[in-house]
Amino acid sequence: MPTGPETPRWIKAEREGLHLPTIGWWIDPSRAVANALVTHGHADHARGGHGEVWATAATRDIIDLRYGKPPGGGDVAYGECIEIGDSITATFLPAGHVLGSAQILLERQGERIIVTGDYKRRPDPTCAPFTPAPCDILITEATFALPIFTHPPIEREIARLRAGRDANPDRTILVGAYALGKAQRVIAELRRSGYHETIWLHGAMTAMCDLYQRHGVALGPLAPVSETPRGDLKGQIVICPPSALNSVWARRLPDPVNAVASGWMRVRQRAVQSNVELPLIISDHCDWNELTATILEVAPQETWITHGREDALLHWCAMRQIRARALDLVGREDEDEAA
Amino acid sequence: MDRFARLLTDLIYTRARNGKLALLADYLRDVPDPDRGWALAGLTGEIDFPAIKAGIVRALIQERVDPVLFALSRDFVGDTAETVSLMWPAPTGPVRGAPEVSEAVALLASASRGTAKAVLAGLLDRLDEDGRFALLKLATGALRIGVSARLAKTAFAQAFGVALEEVEELWHAIRPPYAELFAWATGAAPKPDISMVPVFRPFMLANPLEDEVIDLKDYAAEWKWDGIRIQIVSAGGATRLFSRGGEDITESFPDVAEAFDHEGVLDGELLVRGTHQGGGAASFNALQQRLGRKTVPGSLLTAYPAFVRLYDILLDGADDLRRLPWSARRARLEGIAQRLDRSAFDISALIEAETFEALAELRAQARETDIEGVMLKRRDSAYEPGRKAGLWFKWKREPLTADCVLMYAQRGSGKRSSLYSDYTFGCWTAPEAEGGVLLPVGKAYSGFSDEELKWLDSFVRKQTTGRFGPVREVEKSLVLEVAFDAVNPSTRHKSGIAMRFPRISRIRRDKPANEADLIETLRRMTAAGAKAGDASKPQPN
Repeated sequence: MPTGPETPRWIKAEREGLHLPTIGWWIDPSRAVANALVTHGHADHARGGHGEVWATAATRDIIDLRYGKPPGGGDVAYGECIEIGDSITATFLPAGHVLGSAQILLERQGERIIVTGDYKRRPDPTCAPFTPAPCDILITEATFALPIFTHPPIEREIARLRAGRDANPDRTILVGAYALGKAQRVIAELRRSGYHETIWLHGAMTAMCDLYQRHGVALGPLAPVSETPRGDLKGQIVICPPSALNSVWARRLPDPVNAVASGWMRVRQRAVQSNVELPLIISDHCDWNELTATILEVAPQETWITHGREDALLHWCAMRQIRARALDLVGREDEDEAA
Repeated sequence: MDRFARLLTDLIYTRARNGKLALLADYLRDVPDPDRGWALAGLTGEIDFPAIKAGIVRALIQERVDPVLFALSRDFVGDTAETVSLMWPAPTGPVRGAPEVSEAVALLASASRGTAKAVLAGLLDRLDEDGRFALLKLATGALRIGVSARLAKTAFAQAFGVALEEVEELWHAIRPPYAELFAWATGAAPKPDISMVPVFRPFMLANPLEDEVIDLKDYAAEWKWDGIRIQIVSAGGATRLFSRGGEDITESFPDVAEAFDHEGVLDGELLVRGTHQGGGAASFNALQQRLGRKTVPGSLLTAYPAFVRLYDILLDGADDLRRLPWSARRARLEGIAQRLDRSAFDISALIEAETFEALAELRAQARETDIEGVMLKRRDSAYEPGRKAGLWFKWKREPLTADCVLMYAQRGSGKRSSLYSDYTFGCWTAPEAEGGVLLPVGKAYSGFSDEELKWLDSFVRKQTTGRFGPVREVEKSLVLEVAFDAVNPSTRHKSGIAMRFPRISRIRRDKPANEADLIETLRRMTAAGAKAGDASKPQPN
């Protein structure tokens, strides 16, 4: 292991999140704190109960929708730099994960630390693309950090979704997708592929889709399932949270074809275990090649690895003499993965 | 290989049996010989490449990717073939196009231990992910994609509109890639002659006797022996034993096969010598020691000597007797049984009973002699494959019941995949007040109505206290009356017992969990206990 610079004293990895001890601020804390910087709106990064929340306008809207309006803090635009005390500044850079998602660049006296939050490197019509920036410490996610994970082009997966629909005119195509991000990306990609029919939504989806549209993401004609006679949903695409796929609610649809849009669908046994008939490998995270390419591109002096399969990425770094360590943060899980 | 790879992928993600059948039938119709034949051989497990071992696959991938990254990936995926198919690096030089199934089979079959790695790597380089997965599954002979040999044969019959019984009958006589079978099924050639080959014929099966009263003038009665139903076939100098599903189990019972010296096809029950079942035969548990073995150590042959109790005859030499009435076949069988080796063959005796009532009386005593029940066979019926109504009946003794507590539930498959329909239940180690705990004694997924299933599903969802992957643990509050045929000692279960054929007979919402049965009560119902005459259990209150 090569020797590198000393770990700066002004940032600490705690179980509950990344902590800036000299000013008492936190990044994506898993418990309620007075001052929080939040990368994006997923439940394992954003939660209710904080005093001040500093995040992009879209992320703050998502937090408002899910947990109520935070009493303090403010919107931070991409590229904007805010001073948060003890000579520390925070700059929000696009992360390409979901609407409003940001990397947070922390700087103090020439030292630069980037907290990626969750991110991906593929184009996504629903959010701004990831912007790589130089730094001394890169704190990266590792959700899909195994070499078996290489996400196929989304065009291929959308074509499979549409082929599945065409092949099953008497069945509902029920797509399980996270309510924040994945659902809207699937809808937007369907539109981009030339699919202009109404897409039907589970009740848990509508508010987030409205929010995306208010932020200028066009999603085309959408309608809630609840307002439709079930027979009308034959041959239609319905989007629901993954947890609703095998539920009593799903049983009311005409013989649904269970589809799931997730990076985990790359592994057949995972898909079969979750009773999936049409697995769609669509992920809002980096795949293995993108994670490793990002580390090489950003070329930090040190890489910290948060939630995911950090063993493999640590090993990969060690084989290349790249300084790396795994952080032990609690509660970091793909949203809805447990369901 | 692309088409075969797509078939495997589609089969993996298709739950419904009819959906799988349609996929297989399309493939068998669309794909030309000999590819479809080799694919069918792969699906039915009739293909073996001795030089290709799982170790070779692991060695190959570890030469190409970092072994630590492979090990971490393998742990996550849980399947070597799939992990390798996902991690296999793109070849650096130019490669030929994807091989057809038959080309791949020819190359794999010609590989020696020395060339196996190079052959396999060369093929993997020419395939994409799905193709690599299919190739590795085919090459290592463990498809495990939820398609049984029986299902594949059913699909074959459906694809070409031929009778499944005929397919089954021809199957064992024809080697992969089954050119003669496809030629016959597609109408291009007459039916192959298999008279000189020992092949499986489909069994005649019985329906349960419900409330009917049977006239014993029309029906003969035999005891229902608790072993496994087998067919013993001898033709062209070779003898084979087949199980109910047509699986060749000759290797597990060489003693029986060697003792058989009559050309023809007989139907009977395979048993192990012992003192149960009215004397002469051991319990099913003892027979299990002999099942599923590729080679049988001499010590097992001595400790658990197998024999066949004969029921019927299908062919005598090349003479097909299946259209004759049962009574004529029985007469023929009795003649032949006398000439067979007594140590390995006897005939299932007919029960002497004047009236149905007298037979019912004898059946009621069957538990003491540890016999499963009674078979009734129509005297004038031909040997009809399958389960034709009204010809053969099985009249099992009344089931035993026990009150158990629901402990865990799991989702079913197919239509039941959204419902918690598989239930694990337990009984008490001691009364709860004395510190007893519940231990699982069995698992059941039948016996309830659709309405009861809905209610049970909702109970599980509301009362979940823990989740272990697909399994939900529930509040231990619901008593289920479970019916079962017998209780056997078991070293695999913590409770030390295992139920045979358990099914839910009633939901006892009225009964508190602490009044469910004790394991000890069930244990007294085991064969030994029944002999001692204390098989009775307290009546449910």
